[in-house]
Amino acid sequence: MSIFIDKTICNGCKGLPEARCERICPGNLCYRNKNMKAEIRDQSACWTCACCVKECPVQAIELRLPFQICSNSASLKARLTKDKTIWSIWNSQGEKEEFIIKARN
Amino acid sequence: MDIKYIETDILIIGGGAAGCFAALQVYKKSPRCKVVVMEKAHIERSGCLAMGLNAINAYIHPEQTPESYVDFVDREFEGVIRKDLVLTIAKRLNEVVKEVEALGLPIEKNDDGTYKKRGSRSVRIFGERLKPILAEAVMKTTAKVLNRVVATNFIYDGKKVCGAFGYGVRDNCLYVIRAKAVIVSTGGASGIYKPINTGGARHLMWYCPWNAGTGYAMGIRIGAEMTSFENRFIPLRVKDVNAPTGTIAVGVYSKQVNALGEDYLGCHYQHLGGRKCLTQYRLFATLEEMKACRGPCYLDTTNLNDEEEKQLKEDYLNMNPQIVLLWASNGMGPRKKPVEIRGTEPYVVGGHCQAGYWVDTERRTTIPGLYAAGESAGGAPKKYVSGCWVEGAIAASTALNDIDDTSTTDIDGAIIEKEKSRLSGILNRTIGITPLDARERLQKIMDEYAGGISFNYMLHENRLLEARQLLQCLHKHTNEVMAVDNYNLVEALECIDRIDVARTLVEHLMYRKETRWACYQTRWDYPQKDDEHWLKYVNSVYDIETNEIKMIERPLQ
Repeated sequence: MSIFIDKTICNGCKGLPEARCERICPGNLCYRNKNMKAEIRDQSACWTCACCVKECPVQAIELRLPFQICSNSASLKARLTKDKTIWSIWNSQGEKEEFIIKARN
Repeated sequence: MDIKYIETDILIIGGGAAGCFAALQVYKKSPRCKVVVMEKAHIERSGCLAMGLNAINAYIHPEQTPESYVDFVDREFEGVIRKDLVLTIAKRLNEVVKEVEALGLPIEKNDDGTYKKRGSRSVRIFGERLKPILAEAVMKTTAKVLNRVVATNFIYDGKKVCGAFGYGVRDNCLYVIRAKAVIVSTGGASGIYKPINTGGARHLMWYCPWNAGTGYAMGIRIGAEMTSFENRFIPLRVKDVNAPTGTIAVGVYSKQVNALGEDYLGCHYQHLGGRKCLTQYRLFATLEEMKACRGPCYLDTTNLNDEEEKQLKEDYLNMNPQIVLLWASNGMGPRKKPVEIRGTEPYVVGGHCQAGYWVDTERRTTIPGLYAAGESAGGAPKKYVSGCWVEGAIAASTALNDIDDTSTTDIDGAIIEKEKSRLSGILNRTIGITPLDARERLQKIMDEYAGGISFNYMLHENRLLEARQLLQCLHKHTNEVMAVDNYNLVEALECIDRIDVARTLVEHLMYRKETRWACYQTRWDYPQKDDEHWLKYVNSVYDIETNEIKMIERPLQ
C-alpha cells in the first residue's frame, strides 16, 4: 500500500467538479467513486509523492510504504498553510513526530 | 472521440521547470503573444518537481564563473559535452534562481543576504512548494494551460512542425493544436528498464514514473536528430526509497562506507580520485564493493548531532518524504543506523546526463518550427532545475523571434483522422496486448540485453544485437496494444513511446565502441576510454520510410 484513504474522514470534496486529490495526482490515480469517496485506482502505480496527502483539506489521506519495502507500518500526513507545511509522522509504535517547515516567502 | 481545435502562436509541451519558464518568458517579452501549455497531469504538481526539491545544484557562487562551471561539467563527462550549450546555461543560472526566489521560493541565506553555500555549486532551498509556485506564476500570465492533455504526436507536414496532437484524458477528446512554433519541454524517460522495486512497489523509483520519454519519442517519429542517448543516467540513491544521497553527502558531509566501516572511496579508489572522484565513480565504486563482498554500502550518518538529524529530515520532507517514513517504520533514525545506498535502474534524461534533441545554442532542433528545452534538449548535462529554467527562457526567446513573420499552417484532414483512429483503435480493440504486458516485455529485454540492473549495467555488442532484434519484434506489436479506459490508454501510449526511445537508445549504446562513462555506458567488449576515436557526439535520425535508425557522428564543438 502506498496511500491509505480514510473513507470515514473523506468528504469527497463535495461541490467541486473533481476531488482535490483527483485534480492533483501526477499519475491520474485518484478518482471519486459513486459514493463520493476518494479512491486510488492502482496502488502499485503510486509514486508515493504525497501530493494527494498535502492537497487533502481534511487530512483523510496517509502516506504509507508498500509492504515490499518495509514490513513495519508507519504513516505520514501533511497540512499546508499559506507559507508552511506541517508534517505529522507516526512510527510503528504509534509515536508521533511533527515538523513545521517554511514553504514560501 | 470528439476533436477540439485550438490555434495559438506558441505551443509549449510539458508544464515542468522548462515549460513554465518558457511561458513566463514569452509573457515577459511579448504579453500579447498567444501561448498554450499542454500538460499531461496538473501543472501545480506534475513531473519531476511534484514532490518538491531541497537544493538547486547548478548555481555560480562568487568564487566561480560560468566558464569554470563549463569546465566542471566537461570534466564530469569525460570531455564529451556541448560546451557551447552549457555556457549559455551557466551565464544565466543566477538570474533565474533570483527570479524564482522573487516568485516565493525560500532559499537559505547568510546574514549578509547572500545565498548560503551548500556545496561548490549548490544552494539549499525549502522547495516543497516549488511546483505550485511556478504554476501560480504561469497562471497569472495570459497562457492557456491545458491540464490532463497528453501529447501524442507532432503535427508535421514533412517540412516543419505545425503543432501537436494531444489526448484529453478527462474529456476523451483529441486536441488538434496548431501553432507557429512548438517548444518541447517534456521530461526524460523512466520505465525503460526493469526497475529495482517491482510488483506493488514498481513505481517507487527515482524519476517520475509518468515521464515516459514522450517528447523524445515524438521527435524520433518525425526524424528529428537526437544526441547522446548512450549517456544513460544511473543515480546512486538511498536503497528502496530512492532518496537523494547528495542531501546527506553534500548537506551534512557524510562519508560513503562499506560493510566493514571503511571509507571505501578513500581506501580503495584513490586512483579514481578518492573522495573527490567524479559522480559516476561514486556509483562505480559502490558496485565494485559489492563484487568484492564488502557490501552493503552506506552513507555514514551515525555521527550526526540532534540539529543535523532534524535538518536532514526536514530536507528530505521537502523532496522525498518516503525516507522519513522508512526511518519511522524501522524505528531507526539516521543516527542509529547508516543509510544504505545503491544504484537504481538506468534512465534516459537530459537534465543530469545529456540525452535529447540535437539543438543549436538558441535551442532550435533540426526540424523547423520545433524548439527543445530542459530534459528534452540534449548535450548539456548537469543543468538540473535551474538549467532547465534557463533553457526554457532561451527557447521561448528564439521561438518568439522566429515567428515574427510566419502564420499557422493549415492541416491536412487526413493527418487528423489518422491520429484519431490510432487512439480510438487502442480503445476499441478487445483482443490484443495490454499496456502491462508491453511494459514488462520492454523492461525485461532492456534489463537483460541492454545493461540493466541484473547485469550490473554492463553492455556488449552480442547482447545489444539481441536487444535490437527483440525490440524490432516488440515494435511490430505496438499496433496491437489495447486499453480498457482513458487511464489505460495513456498507459498504452506511454509504452509505445518508451519502445521508440528504447530502440534509439540501443542503437546509441551499440555505436559508441569504447567505455566513456563508468556504469552509464560501460562496454565489456570495449573496456577502455578511446579519445583517439570517440571524442565526438553520437547522434541518430530515425528514417520513417525504412523504419531504420541512421547513426551520425558529429565533431566536438
